[in-house]
Amino acid sequence: MSIFASLSFIIVTVLAFFLFVKKIGLIRKNILLGKDIDLSDQPSKRWKNVFLLALGQKKMFRNPVVALLHLIVYIGFIIINIELIEIIVDGITGGHRAFEPYLGTFYDYLINSFEILALLVLLACVVFLTRRNIIKLKRFISNDLNGWPRTDANFILIIEIVLMGLFLMMNAADPTSDFLISSHIKPLLNGFSESQLSTIEHTAWWLHILGIYAFMNYLPYSKHLHIILAFPNAYFASLAPKGSMHNMPSIQNEVLYAMQPELAPTNMVAPEKFGARDVMDLSWKNLMDAYSCTECGRCSAACPANSTGKLLSPRKIMMATRDRLEIVGKNIDTHKKFVDDGKSLLHDYISVEELRACTTCNACVEECPVSISPLDIIIELRRSLVMEESNAPAEWNGMFSNIENNFAPWKFAPDDRDAWANQSI
Amino acid sequence: MKVNTMAEFMAKGEKPEVLFWVGCAGSFDQRAQKITKAFATILDKAGVNYAILGKEETCTGDPARRAGNEFMFQMMAYQNIQVLNGYEIKKIVTTCPHCFNTLKNEYPALGGNYDVIHHTSFLQELIEQGKIKFTDSNEWKGKTITYHDSCYLGRANDIYEAPRKVLESLDMELREMKRCKSKGLCCGAGGAQMFKEEEKGDRRINMERADEAIETKSDFVASACPFCNTMLTDGIKNRDQEVSVEVLDIAEIIAKAIQ
Repeated sequence: MSIFASLSFIIVTVLAFFLFVKKIGLIRKNILLGKDIDLSDQPSKRWKNVFLLALGQKKMFRNPVVALLHLIVYIGFIIINIELIEIIVDGITGGHRAFEPYLGTFYDYLINSFEILALLVLLACVVFLTRRNIIKLKRFISNDLNGWPRTDANFILIIEIVLMGLFLMMNAADPTSDFLISSHIKPLLNGFSESQLSTIEHTAWWLHILGIYAFMNYLPYSKHLHIILAFPNAYFASLAPKGSMHNMPSIQNEVLYAMQPELAPTNMVAPEKFGARDVMDLSWKNLMDAYSCTECGRCSAACPANSTGKLLSPRKIMMATRDRLEIVGKNIDTHKKFVDDGKSLLHDYISVEELRACTTCNACVEECPVSISPLDIIIELRRSLVMEESNAPAEWNGMFSNIENNFAPWKFAPDDRDAWANQSI
Repeated sequence: MKVNTMAEFMAKGEKPEVLFWVGCAGSFDQRAQKITKAFATILDKAGVNYAILGKEETCTGDPARRAGNEFMFQMMAYQNIQVLNGYEIKKIVTTCPHCFNTLKNEYPALGGNYDVIHHTSFLQELIEQGKIKFTDSNEWKGKTITYHDSCYLGRANDIYEAPRKVLESLDMELREMKRCKSKGLCCGAGGAQMFKEEEKGDRRINMERADEAIETKSDFVASACPFCNTMLTDGIKNRDQEVSVEVLDIAEIIAKAIQ
């Protein structure tokens, strides 16, 4: 390759990484708009989650066939990216297969295994596209994916197929190569002259690397960001039993001081608002959850409310949170601070009807392969509804007043609480 | 039956080995009262020295907290913890998974630390220790049964085996539903849904679950939660199957077989 080619390659590479890092920085800034929460305890348990849930994809194996296909794409992605090191070295130096002289026959093994993986990835992506568009699995055709999200998913799969195709084509067009898979493509190229082959190889090489850079920069705008965030998200996943809800110390203290006024500090400040009305009121982990969501819909498929036709979809809760966070992030970028836009996550992005349908059964949390808790967000929004807006169905208000006055959610006489002991068996 | 309260134990200067937390459903709901009485009978027969709080027990605050009313929850928790700590309670057994979850997982942050155990785990222990002996004419033997996992026992607290082990100890034939254990479908009552109408949709959650239970063609459906029990019973009645499929709590099943 000429100096010109090397220079263009270096410029494109630097630009690709610069833009990617910049966008990741923006996402990090958005995530940190969330309230602080300390999730640094028990590091050994947290690392275990990273290995089991993120690296080992434990939750995916609840459906072994799909898990295997996903694993192929995942391993393929990681291993084929090792080849990227050589591609970058070649691009900068203008060389050709820079590692070949150093690795000898091992190089052939390496490229052969990359090629096998590339073919498997390609086939897995075809299966995935089929599941989405021909078999039409319920969780892939439901309304919450209408528009961009469904295109996004198909787009990613098509890009992967094209990238793998280019990788194989590049090897096939290399006259000096003889690798396991690409050698079978060679007959297709029989009619071409050596210079034409070289052009095909170079074109495939360039399209492949440009495709990878484009894909890398597409990631932060896509559901595919989970390939990065699944790891920190597994590390920071809640270690508490799923049944326990976050305590609200501000209210705990308020009740304590009401009961025992002597304990109340003299300089007591009124507690901040209760629950979450907008994304800034959620924790940074809730916001990282939103960016980690890959919109696979396992949560909504398992959700008792969603599967019986209610409006609630845990997947949509995550997508709405991310959409709102992006808008808030842009708002802050433009005005240097958040300027009220008359909208909020609650009501404008997530409706009361959705929130009311949740049974807090934890099925969504259990299913999520990347350690997201949609339930956490639902509860925080419910807290805001009830405590900030006094917005509860009449039956719930009745239940609250029964608990307050009769110490049970129903209107029974508290004196009858142990009446069962006097009844016949 | 004679059931002693903590106040009565205190008056005698004695302490029971375990407090039986009855819960609101178990105290007031006519169907759930039967479960309460069945469990109290088992405790008596197994020679467990237990007490209840009686009129001093109040709602744990679970439905209020899950509906979003943290104030109400904190008020109830404060009062309950005052009472429990006042009696120096160490161990609590309860027949309600919601009370179980709140007492076990949510009261510690508020100063209430107890060894909390659900009645299915407690029954399993008593059976393993030989404290529960079954009659020779085991009427349950060979009967088919499907167990419905309560969300607040299963996913919330990873208790899947204890209730199944208890049923197996009676030589019952356990048939799993399509969705069971960590994939178990909610009955529709959790998250304070018990106390309001369902949001609009295609069908009711308890109907969906009742259909799954009926599909197993079992003689019985076992529950371990008073709310699940109500939801499933209603669902099965709605399908006119209440004669062929009976919903029973694990405690009721054991109570009928105990010597």
